[in-house]
Amino acid sequence: MSISAISPARPAAIRWHPAVVRSAPVIVIVAAIIVIWYVAAILMNRNIVRDAFERDGTSYTTGELIAGTLKAERPLLPAPHQIVATFADDVFGWPVTSPRSLVYHSWVTLSATFLGFLLGASFGIVLAVLIVHIRSLQKSLLPWIICSQMVPILAVAPIVIVVLGSIGLRGLLPKAIISAYLCFFPVTIGVVKGLNSPDPIQRDLMHTWSATPSQIFWKLRWPSSVPFLFTSLKVSITISLIGAIVAELPTGAQAGIGARLLAGSYYGQTVQIWAALVAGSILAVGLIGLVSLVEKWVGQTMGVRP
Amino acid sequence: MRAPDVNPSFPPTAPVGKLAVHAKNISLTFETSDGEVQALSGVNLDVAEGDFVSFIGPSGCGKTTLLRVIADLEQPTSGTILINGVSPETARLQRHYGYVFQAPALYPWRTIERNIALPLEIMGIGAVERAKRVKDYIALVNLSGFERKYPWQLSGGMQQRASIARALSFEPALLLMDEPFGALDEIVRDHLNEQLLRLWNQTRKTVVFVTHSIPEAVFLSSKIVVMSPRPGRIIDVIHSDFPRDRTLEIRETPEFLKIAQRVRSGLRSGHSYDE
Repeated sequence: MSISAISPARPAAIRWHPAVVRSAPVIVIVAAIIVIWYVAAILMNRNIVRDAFERDGTSYTTGELIAGTLKAERPLLPAPHQIVATFADDVFGWPVTSPRSLVYHSWVTLSATFLGFLLGASFGIVLAVLIVHIRSLQKSLLPWIICSQMVPILAVAPIVIVVLGSIGLRGLLPKAIISAYLCFFPVTIGVVKGLNSPDPIQRDLMHTWSATPSQIFWKLRWPSSVPFLFTSLKVSITISLIGAIVAELPTGAQAGIGARLLAGSYYGQTVQIWAALVAGSILAVGLIGLVSLVEKWVGQTMGVRP
Repeated sequence: MRAPDVNPSFPPTAPVGKLAVHAKNISLTFETSDGEVQALSGVNLDVAEGDFVSFIGPSGCGKTTLLRVIADLEQPTSGTILINGVSPETARLQRHYGYVFQAPALYPWRTIERNIALPLEIMGIGAVERAKRVKDYIALVNLSGFERKYPWQLSGGMQQRASIARALSFEPALLLMDEPFGALDEIVRDHLNEQLLRLWNQTRKTVVFVTHSIPEAVFLSSKIVVMSPRPGRIIDVIHSDFPRDRTLEIRETPEFLKIAQRVRSGLRSGHSYDE
């Protein structure tokens, strides 16, 4: 006998497709944000548009005013469709090697991000290994590491650029170094925690087998720290991107998302700033996705419970 | 840093009969933040080769500490101890014993077979020999077919069997077990007790076993060491001569109940039942 035969009849309810149920909350929030955005754009840009009409001495209706707020050339707050249009034009409207292409600028920033992330993550891991194995370093080094992150990067970045510039280092490397300076910290903290995470029994076992310190490291401490490492890397890679963008600001860099933001603010090109912002966000999401993908793959080879 | 050898004048290679463990007047005091805690006091113990010895007593009686002293995981404050005629440190370095902890503590990123191979890798045993031993010991603990599984895919009892195979894989003469079945339910525990006895009978190893279960101690052991708490002392040593291939049914016999009775009265005289 089937279950439906014995359960009492229920009024037929509308059955939504699971995909709809899953995405509905996200769609509702996005729709709400877009509505609020348009309202805000109208309210914030209305004075600019009104002033323009009055300067020209033309009469205008409320409808024309509202339409004007949504297509102003230099609005205080660009409307979403303006940002999308500019973004699409900057990305697809130019060859990727053109300095007007956002893809070109994104690549410039991305290459500094990758190099900075590589340097920062490696440095962070080495530092963590030293801290865990040399007790005196934990006391002497850790406070300095924490202090290093309290210094505002906007103040440090020009100094680094000038100093490195004076010894002939320009372009990619100084940006990568600033990016690395920002992103090593979460890696160090995470990996120190991870390397110390094996429980006492697991360490005692190694002791009963008379394992050497290097065996204990490679067969116990390092694999134990991998989940902690990836959590840190996900934080670290976005910080690394921010570092690369920040490093482009004081250098007066000709290319990169930071340069684009700076140029946009010089010339009041708010739509360009927003388009660069969108590009930066997409890069950040992509980078986290990339780390998550590697994490998933590593997790599979290490038998992580799905 | 390792603490210096307990008694350097004690010749580390002195042949002491056929004793797997020879402890003389062992005391151990822990320094804690609220002062000194005496975990062991004047412990004398001989374990003959091939014995199955159980330490029984309430929590905090120092039975685990005594096992850890044998394993060179703790250093006694005073007294002398020899494992197979050498100091615990030498015995550890020469891999005389396998240790099974209360939790299986399998490494979660290794499959069962690679967990069992881990001590062999550490000891530098070649890949061919390693594969053979892993296969043999997986079969010995009835885990064939689970070689490629990860620990989380196995039940608690199976994980503990894998950890026993891991302790046996490098073929130590001595097996030290610290409440290995304490976290398992009684049905699984009975089953594993029988398997452990079969294993002891087959491999002829010396087993030192820590438990707080009276039936488990009486069923498994050829020698039961009753301990009392604060400070840990040995109150009674009971010999039992059930055949090596005994089965769970002996638990209904008068002999079994008589030994269990003596363990219980030993525990009582050590104030183990006091509030």
